[in-house]
Amino acid sequence: MLSQTRPAIALLAIMTVLTGVAYPLAITGIGQALFPHQANAAPITRDGVVVGSEHIGQTFTRPEYFHGRPSAVDYDAASSGGTNFAPTNRELVDAVAERARRLAAETGVERIPVNLVTSSASGLDPHISPDSAYLQIKRVAEARSVPAEELRRIVNEHIEGPLLGVFGAPAVNVLKLNLALDERAPHPETKRD
Amino acid sequence: MASDSLQFLLYAIILVALAWPLGGYMARVFQGERTLLSPVLAPVERGIYAAAGKGATQGQHWTRYALSMLVFNLAGWLLLYAILRLQHLLPWNPEGLAPMSPDLAFNTAVSFVTNTNWQAYGGETTLSYFSQMVGLTMQNFVSAATGIAVAVAVIRGFAARNAKSIGNFWVDMTRSVLYVLLPLSIVGAIVLIWQGVPQTLGAYVPATTLEGANQLIAQGPAASQIAIKQLGTNGGGFFNVNSSHPLENPTQLSNLLQLVYILLIPAAFCFLFGHMVKDRRQGVAIFAAMGILFVIGLAIIYGSELRGNMLYDALPIDQVAGNMEGKEVRFGAGLSALWAEATTAASNGSVNSMHDSYMPLSGLVLLLNMQVGEVIFGGVGAGFYGMLLFVVLTVFLAGLMVGRTPEYLGKKIEAKEVKLAVLAFLSMPIGILVFGALAAVAPSAVAAVQDPGPHGLSEILYAYSSATGNNGSAFAGFGAGAPFHTTLQGVAMMLGRYAFIVPMLAIAGTLAAKTPAPASAGTFPTHGPLFVVLLMIVVLILGGLTFFPALALGPIAEHVAMLAGQTF
Repeated sequence: MLSQTRPAIALLAIMTVLTGVAYPLAITGIGQALFPHQANAAPITRDGVVVGSEHIGQTFTRPEYFHGRPSAVDYDAASSGGTNFAPTNRELVDAVAERARRLAAETGVERIPVNLVTSSASGLDPHISPDSAYLQIKRVAEARSVPAEELRRIVNEHIEGPLLGVFGAPAVNVLKLNLALDERAPHPETKRD
Repeated sequence: MASDSLQFLLYAIILVALAWPLGGYMARVFQGERTLLSPVLAPVERGIYAAAGKGATQGQHWTRYALSMLVFNLAGWLLLYAILRLQHLLPWNPEGLAPMSPDLAFNTAVSFVTNTNWQAYGGETTLSYFSQMVGLTMQNFVSAATGIAVAVAVIRGFAARNAKSIGNFWVDMTRSVLYVLLPLSIVGAIVLIWQGVPQTLGAYVPATTLEGANQLIAQGPAASQIAIKQLGTNGGGFFNVNSSHPLENPTQLSNLLQLVYILLIPAAFCFLFGHMVKDRRQGVAIFAAMGILFVIGLAIIYGSELRGNMLYDALPIDQVAGNMEGKEVRFGAGLSALWAEATTAASNGSVNSMHDSYMPLSGLVLLLNMQVGEVIFGGVGAGFYGMLLFVVLTVFLAGLMVGRTPEYLGKKIEAKEVKLAVLAFLSMPIGILVFGALAAVAPSAVAAVQDPGPHGLSEILYAYSSATGNNGSAFAGFGAGAPFHTTLQGVAMMLGRYAFIVPMLAIAGTLAAKTPAPASAGTFPTHGPLFVVLLMIVVLILGGLTFFPALALGPIAEHVAMLAGQTF
């Protein structure tokens, strides 16, 4: 036992310094030097104010914005979480049914894309599927008094395709889309100079 | 559907293309040969051994090897426990987070030292940057290195002839970190930052959303931890929701890299094995058994996730995308299913979707993956020595069938080895079924279950399977923070780790001392399809028979109820 103590303590100390201090600090230095934007949570700034992160979804409820997915943590980015409901949980099935019926009534669309009525894993999902965005064009176009085709064009520009055409599903980043809307199709009341 | 199959196939090709050369490289590293990195790392290595004293390089008998491993793990546990309890007094705590409670710190320290990385806490709300880096990132390395070292020692036991020593723990552990884990982590971490994973000591970012609300965005030194968490099959996330968090896994490329890292070293071990026993076909046979079991599991999970929740069929919902509750749009059902299969097959435990919300049959596969001991690739090292246990049992059964003394690689497998193998295997049913049963009847314990009905039992079963299998993923509706569970699961994690490792090292020790007999006409070949099929059957039957009754009450009951349209 005693003969094991010296190597145990020596190696623990060396590994702590090497992998617990030197490695993360070196990576921090490299990351901050090479990719300062990404290494600091990829903030998006508008008029000098940080309005969010490229990768983090946020709550949208106003009619003139595209809305994201339901979130179990209300897009609180200081925490994160899904509902973790079982597929057979009555609370889940009822909540999903309520959302689907409301959206179907609002939009006149017969079948609502499943991602728009279910909660994401992180509660911070920045994306919706392209058809979930198309579904909202009518409402947003009316609220902003802009032609629907114009909005459709903006939505299509914001579809992030699968990597190499293979990996992942096509997705629309809601925050980036809404920022583009404010830029290119400003809301009459919130028009900024 | 077609595109999902294509991405599964491409993933497999990338994985094998990288694991094959890595296996050869690792074999050279552990046999002490020169490698590409030796000019840089050999002096560092010598310095470390000098600091560690003369016992640090001599060949060790298996008992001494096991003792070194245990002492090192104990010391690591003490250090991590102290860091977690004292984080409010330590630097790099910009959010001013409080110390962890004793039971949670016990659970977390055991969890990271045993390579489980079960998280009964949310990272961004509980841990300072110091705890994340010095405490957890460091254990991500050395707990993985412990697994790799043990597996290499076990392989030496199979490969050696008339040997007393199975290697030196300190050397194996040091080489794992220096030559394998660190270089790959550095590359991975830099790619992850490029893709959008934060790496900073700065505070959380306050933002004002487009609708004028305040949003505080958690960040920190994440990329460095995430690279090693995948590579070392640790799986403990920087953020609460692990790799489903858009800052932990922002893009398709970050997702692909992490997926490859999950299985890279476990797959490489098959090829490393082939090199070290000087018969590549043996490694390929084990790889084939693992690969086929993997594909079967993936097919079931993907199929039932893509089918979606049949309770939504009558609702105005378009379920072409499958079951999206607890999944991220950028990954969809395909990449979520692939990740879920990979992370439970390997004892990784990181998630990019919430397993608790998976369909019941998917949950069944996830549970079984862990319960068979995580031998379908498995944890770094751990999966491979786990599979060698099943190999011992397989040749034993084959020997019984033909009435010959079983052999593997020319070594006679005798009563002692089989008894030790069964002893190691028993840690799984004890940790999962006995502890799980305790948790299912203790009144305070049942309160931790979120979902009513059979899924509640699945949550308990999953928690104890994950802990004993050193996986670390969760049906996260389970309230793991209750002191009853933090304590009992801590014990389960230790059981699953050390009560498995020590008998395996003993097997290695007894085999090392044997003289291999030349193959004869009656020798059962262990590299052909017959052996591969037999090995798969043994894995499934042992796992199936042991855990089927519990699974019938959990996911299977839930599935049948769902077919009848029932909710809970």
